[in-house]
Amino acid sequence: MATTTSETGTQFSTDLPAALAQEEVAAGTGPWRLAWRRLRRNKTALFFGGLFIVIVVLCLLAPVYARDIAHIGPATENITGSNLNKCPPTCVGPTDIPVGPSWNISSYFLGADSLGRDVAVRLLYGGRNSLEIGAVATIITMILAMILGVAAGFLGGVADNLINLILDVTWAFPVVLLGIVLGTLIATSGIGPLHSTTLMSTALIIGVVYFPYVAKPIRAQVLSLRQREFVDAARQQGLGNVRIMFSEILPNLASTIVVFIPLILANAILLEAALTYLGAGVQPPNASWGTMLSDGISTIPAAFHDVLAPGIMLVLTVLSINIFGDGLRDALDPRSKVRIAH
Amino acid sequence: MSRFIIRRLAMMLLVLFLISVITFLLFAAIPNGNPALRLAGRNSTATEVHQIEVLYGFNKPIYVQYGRMMKNIFTGQATSYVQGFNVVDQIKHDLPATLSLAIGAGIIWMVASIIVGTLAAIRAGRHTDRVLTVLSMIGVSFPPFFLGAIFIYFLGYKANLFPVGGYVSFATSPSQWLHHMILPWITLSVLFIGFYSRVLRSTILDTMNEDFVRTATAKGLSHQQVLRRHILRNSLIPIIALFGLDMGQVIGGGAILTETVYNLHGVGQLFAQAIGLLDNVTVLVCSMLIAFTVVLLSAFTDIFYAVLDPRIRLGA
Repeated sequence: MATTTSETGTQFSTDLPAALAQEEVAAGTGPWRLAWRRLRRNKTALFFGGLFIVIVVLCLLAPVYARDIAHIGPATENITGSNLNKCPPTCVGPTDIPVGPSWNISSYFLGADSLGRDVAVRLLYGGRNSLEIGAVATIITMILAMILGVAAGFLGGVADNLINLILDVTWAFPVVLLGIVLGTLIATSGIGPLHSTTLMSTALIIGVVYFPYVAKPIRAQVLSLRQREFVDAARQQGLGNVRIMFSEILPNLASTIVVFIPLILANAILLEAALTYLGAGVQPPNASWGTMLSDGISTIPAAFHDVLAPGIMLVLTVLSINIFGDGLRDALDPRSKVRIAH
Repeated sequence: MSRFIIRRLAMMLLVLFLISVITFLLFAAIPNGNPALRLAGRNSTATEVHQIEVLYGFNKPIYVQYGRMMKNIFTGQATSYVQGFNVVDQIKHDLPATLSLAIGAGIIWMVASIIVGTLAAIRAGRHTDRVLTVLSMIGVSFPPFFLGAIFIYFLGYKANLFPVGGYVSFATSPSQWLHHMILPWITLSVLFIGFYSRVLRSTILDTMNEDFVRTATAKGLSHQQVLRRHILRNSLIPIIALFGLDMGQVIGGGAILTETVYNLHGVGQLFAQAIGLLDNVTVLVCSMLIAFTVVLLSAFTDIFYAVLDPRIRLGA
């Protein structure tokens, strides 16, 4: 059992593939169909999956809300209230305290931040960036983990030792620390084409930081798959290593990979906020839930709605991904259903 | 057995060496990070910069600089060029805060996880289990700095029950120390309770199916006795292993978010500030410390496992 936790809520287990490998398939029904049936019965997971989709759609509609309803951009500052006549009487008072929520959908619905920017508009734009970073980071993690995990497990020998060493070294660093080392390097001097101004550099850092946690279990599963008869059969037919990896090994990893996607996505979104809070992630003027939280925390106790709005959105998003992901794992791993029956 | 231990320890040394090399190279590779230029100040002449380079050995080949740095660290003479303090002394100064956080939070999260995990397992599939599952999911989804901000605002500023941050040493005032540490402990624990209780729940459910549990029940032990003496004792092993690794991280400064939001001035916060200032010496020493505690504890965990389970040392 090699599992680890970090302050950003990482929860990975190398035991997973062993459980998945034992998946039993009833005659006549494919494993994916069976999984879907089990998932459909899990109302909690479906509810939170739906909630996640709602959040994503809302964030994608950010420009529509900003243009047609709130009539203010995400970076439009409005300290004196002269910019628009909507913020009564000023968005940031004489004591530098921004106004709280107006609960009026067309004008500073969730109040203003310390620069008089509309929190609701920034929340949606920030969510778009946070989700985008999370998604790109997840794709990077999964691709890196699949390539290195399959190569290490299948090729064995020197390649395996070398890749394992890379994984061990990365693993020894807590994710937040490795993230801020890389993030600060990019933010201050840039590594190659990556600069602080791109959101993608943050996504790349997060993707790199998390890949060992997926590569290790994939490697472990490939090690056991390699011994199976169908791999021998493929080799007897004259298939090369690369061909076997793609057409024999990879399809058998599908359920493991599917289970890891929500786990990594949730953790990537959390890590973005953590890195940004520590100054090594998304840089202003870009909005993300991390930048909003970090701005808000610096103004405590003057305006707590600046902390609550992005914080609640962040927790809701991560929670919905986690619960849906949990349901997905239960659905793909029948053994856990058997366990609950006891 | 001794061969397994020697191999595991050799692997540990190799990982530590690589971490020190990688961190050193990362910070040596920063284009505008020339430490001599930074030390000399903005209005320095080329000769002054050169003198500093010679004094600190920045003009030597990179492997000589690396060797010199390692020697300084291990003899306790590593000085931060940027912040001007002796890094090893500074870490000694900051370690009590980090240790206070780690030990207090560790006790809370371990006790709470065992209670929550066991309760969820014996009530598996019922309402208690569902509620606890959702609660632990919420715990895992909360970033520590957001939870900390909520505590600081509502319990610190609004209700005035707790201080809003800072660290008071135990020697100065035990009651003030406790008062300052309670919120950080809870903040750090919430996340781990969420995760550990889930792991414990599923381990207990697995153990319930084992033959020895059936035997224990068959020979007439009560449910309580079977749970305490047989199921729980076996199910705690993975949790204890996890605990070792996580403690290694937190002691090495891994609770960086909790330390920062409560301004505890521990090793984690030292590390975060050093990175912001591009203070390569402090960053190097801190990364080696954290890597050391993590790798050491994970090696011990592996050895601990191998002692318990012969399959591991034979298979390795």
